[in-house]
Amino acid sequence: MKAKVFVTFKEGILDPQGKAVQHSLETIGFGEVLNVRQGKLFEVALDDGLTKDDAKKKVTEMAEKLLANPVMENFEVVIE
Amino acid sequence: MKFGVIVFPGSNCDHDCYHVAKHVMGQETDYIWHKGRPSLESYDCVIIPGGFSYGDYLRPGAIARYSPITDEIKKYAEGGGLVIGICNGFQILIETGLLPGVLMRNRSLKFICEDVYLKVESSDTPFTSEYSADEVVKIPIAHHDGNYFADMDTLKKLKQNNQIIFRYSTADGETSVEANPNGSLLNIAGICNEKRNVLGMMPHPERCAEGILGNEDGKKIFESIVKRVMQPC
Repeated sequence: MKAKVFVTFKEGILDPQGKAVQHSLETIGFGEVLNVRQGKLFEVALDDGLTKDDAKKKVTEMAEKLLANPVMENFEVVIE
Repeated sequence: MKFGVIVFPGSNCDHDCYHVAKHVMGQETDYIWHKGRPSLESYDCVIIPGGFSYGDYLRPGAIARYSPITDEIKKYAEGGGLVIGICNGFQILIETGLLPGVLMRNRSLKFICEDVYLKVESSDTPFTSEYSADEVVKIPIAHHDGNYFADMDTLKKLKQNNQIIFRYSTADGETSVEANPNGSLLNIAGICNEKRNVLGMMPHPERCAEGILGNEDGKKIFESIVKRVMQPC
C-alpha cells in the first residue's frame, strides 16, 4: 500500500520560493500564471496488512508529528 | 560550573562553543553526543550549537527534534535548566516546541553570512544580564532559514512577557526594515521562553567572544551564564 502526503504552506505564509518560480515562469512567457506556491510531496510505502482506514490514521499521525510543521504548513493524505 | 555542548550529526559550531566555554570562560565543558540519553542533571547550562543537523533535511531541526538527547533536553529545560540554542540550535528548540513560532527560509532565499547589529531588548534573562537594555552589539549571522514567523497571538504574548531578547537593528539601534537581514517579523533575532531559562538566537555569539577575533560582543552571553550559575540570585 502506498500513501502520498502533500505538504503546502498555509495561506498567508510568505513563500519566497514559489514567488521566484512564478517570476521565472512569467519571464519565459507564461503570462497566464497568477500565483505559484511550492510544497512537498512524500511517497510512503506501507505494510499491505493495514486497512485503508488504519493507513490513513497512521500517515496522518506521521504528518502531524514530523512531515509537516503545523505552525506554517497544511497537509493532505491520499491512500492509494 | 559545567557546560554541556550537544553534538548532532552535522553540527559544526560545536567546537567553537566548546572553545569559548572551556578556554575563554575557563569552565568545565563536555561534548554530549545526541544518541545517548545521559541525564543532563549534572550540567549547569546546555548549549545546542549551530550547524546543519541531519543536513537540514525536511526542515532545519525537524529530524534532530526526534534524536534521543532531545527528550532529555526537554526534561532539563522543563525542570528549569539553562538551555541556549544558537542558529541551528534555535531551529531545533522551535521544532521541539520549547520556543514558539517558526524559522522560515530567508526572504532573499540566500544564505547570509555577515556581521549584523542587534539591539538587546531585555537584559532580564540568565543569558543577557551582563548587557544593558537597549545596548547595541555586533554579532555575525550565518544562516539560510532565520526568517522568524509567528501568528499574531504568539507575537502579542512574546511582547507582553518581554520574551523578545534580540532584534536586528542599525548601528544606532534603529530596528528598521533596512536593518532586517532575513525578513523576520518585528526584526526578531532571538527569543526566550516564558520562564526565561531557554534562549534561542540566530546570531553566533561564540564567533565573537575573544579579543584575538577582533570582536568580543558575544562574550557577555557566556559571562552572564557563568555569573548566574556562580552567584544565583
